[in-house]
Amino acid sequence: MRKECKMKRKETAKVLSQREIAPGIYDMWIGTRLAAEARPGQFLCIYPRDKSTLLPRPISICELGEDAESLRVVYRVAGRGTGEFAGYRQGEPVSVMGPLGNGFPLEKARGKKVFLMGGGIGIPPLLELAKELEAEKQIVAGYRDDKLFLKEDLQKHGRLYIATEDGSAGIRGNVMDAIRECGLQADLIYACGPMPMLRAIKSYAQEAGIPAYISLEEHMACGVGACLGCVVKTGGVHHHTNVHNARICTDGPVFEAGEVEI
Amino acid sequence: MNTQITIGGVTFKNPVMTASGTFGSGMEYSEFVDLNKLGAVVTKGVANVPWPGNPTPRVAEVYGGMLNAIGLQNPGIDVFMERDIPFLKQFDTRIIVNVCGKTVEDYVAVVERLGEEPAVSMLEINVSCPNVKEGAIAFGQKADALYGITQEIKRHARQPVIMKLSPNVTDIAEMARAAEAAGADAVSLINTITGMKIDIHRRRFALANKTGGLSGPAIKPVAVRMVYQAAQAVRIPVIGMGGIADGEDAIEFLLAGASAVSVGAMNFVDPCTTAEVVKGIERYMEQYHVENLSDLIGAVEG
Repeated sequence: MRKECKMKRKETAKVLSQREIAPGIYDMWIGTRLAAEARPGQFLCIYPRDKSTLLPRPISICELGEDAESLRVVYRVAGRGTGEFAGYRQGEPVSVMGPLGNGFPLEKARGKKVFLMGGGIGIPPLLELAKELEAEKQIVAGYRDDKLFLKEDLQKHGRLYIATEDGSAGIRGNVMDAIRECGLQADLIYACGPMPMLRAIKSYAQEAGIPAYISLEEHMACGVGACLGCVVKTGGVHHHTNVHNARICTDGPVFEAGEVEI
Repeated sequence: MNTQITIGGVTFKNPVMTASGTFGSGMEYSEFVDLNKLGAVVTKGVANVPWPGNPTPRVAEVYGGMLNAIGLQNPGIDVFMERDIPFLKQFDTRIIVNVCGKTVEDYVAVVERLGEEPAVSMLEINVSCPNVKEGAIAFGQKADALYGITQEIKRHARQPVIMKLSPNVTDIAEMARAAEAAGADAVSLINTITGMKIDIHRRRFALANKTGGLSGPAIKPVAVRMVYQAAQAVRIPVIGMGGIADGEDAIEFLLAGASAVSVGAMNFVDPCTTAEVVKGIERYMEQYHVENLSDLIGAVEG
């Protein structure tokens, strides 16, 4: 038999703008029709041109343009690949594939009081989420210091609470300290950030008896679910892998915290 | 132009295959590549029971390539037969199933199950995964062990058998000869080269498994050399792989003596690589007026 296929592909998009919005944190708008299909919490694979750095860099989508033909990524320079991206200027080509992954389940929040919790470079995906959620939104953002990237954008879409590790702005401490000190509560949590933060959120959500949708990160190779490089342990046997593992790139990156062993 | 090749009595429309472990069972990549255009899909290794694989991180990038230590995570033969085979049957491409195991009995159990499925054209036996502690590589690094398992698998297999060889040996020709002597219908090489990466800032191994298999363009010259040596040593067909990124890379392997080629790590760099390799081979044949692809096999001179 011969099955016909509708093809997706890696594509060459165009950089619309780029600027450094905090030390080592870059804000890049990309012109691509992929924006029309994207949802909050999904990510793009961005491919360096330098062929010594072969693998795609999975980078979360921060915001979708009103025109449905552009999207924004806010990323940290972590090595040679992201270092190359940081050098891209307006009009230059950028090689992308996506949107990938499942994204945040928006419908769960309808009419509820929710936390959108982000830590460091986990903050960017909360922006599009905040824009699209129909809920009472409490955005809790944890930064290292007073370089509060995306603060103005986030404030437009919800009540923003800030924590900084060095105490230079907002509450001193992390996002958990912020909700405790401000006496905040919610019916549901969306979160993205470093693993210690996600672990704390998972146990907080379990104690509070509320669902938490957390976005995970892992070193990836293919980005499409084939290589099994980026797995996370699951509580039960996963329906696709048939073992206690789920693929972060395709089954995630967003998981209900109770499903995953982190 | 005729791009057909025959291996172990099985005819392939073209010599381009997917390297096991880089393409799943084709499901994910079918959104990017028309599987009908490929010579064969070689599936990720499947064992008699589900294997959970190694802890993460399982992959790390290195200069011009990558390290992986997935640890042969697979859903087991039952799920594979129920889900993956019916999926692949929808396409006009050959199905080659890669088989892994911890003991000879494990391999044989899978080989026998696959014997019930006529849609499976060939079996590729993984005796060369560097990332699992038992089985696998233990059979692939000593010629007598390779001979023994090949003979045992041939006794139970209903399909022609490809033995996938490890590059982590002193003499690849000796290994290829052992597989041939035991009755293998073909050999494929190279599997990944054992490597290591250390994160100097955190002073930790980049992979949870400490060591991993190196793949990608960085290993191509090693792979071409080993394919040449193996092809010189045996009369059975050789399937070549290691860092193939385009049609020209594939031609290099064919000239070295490979009858077919597989695309591995480069699928991660561009999910359409396999289809591009097919086109690139055709372009080369046009450019050099090659009527039959088989004329290129082992045609390197000097």
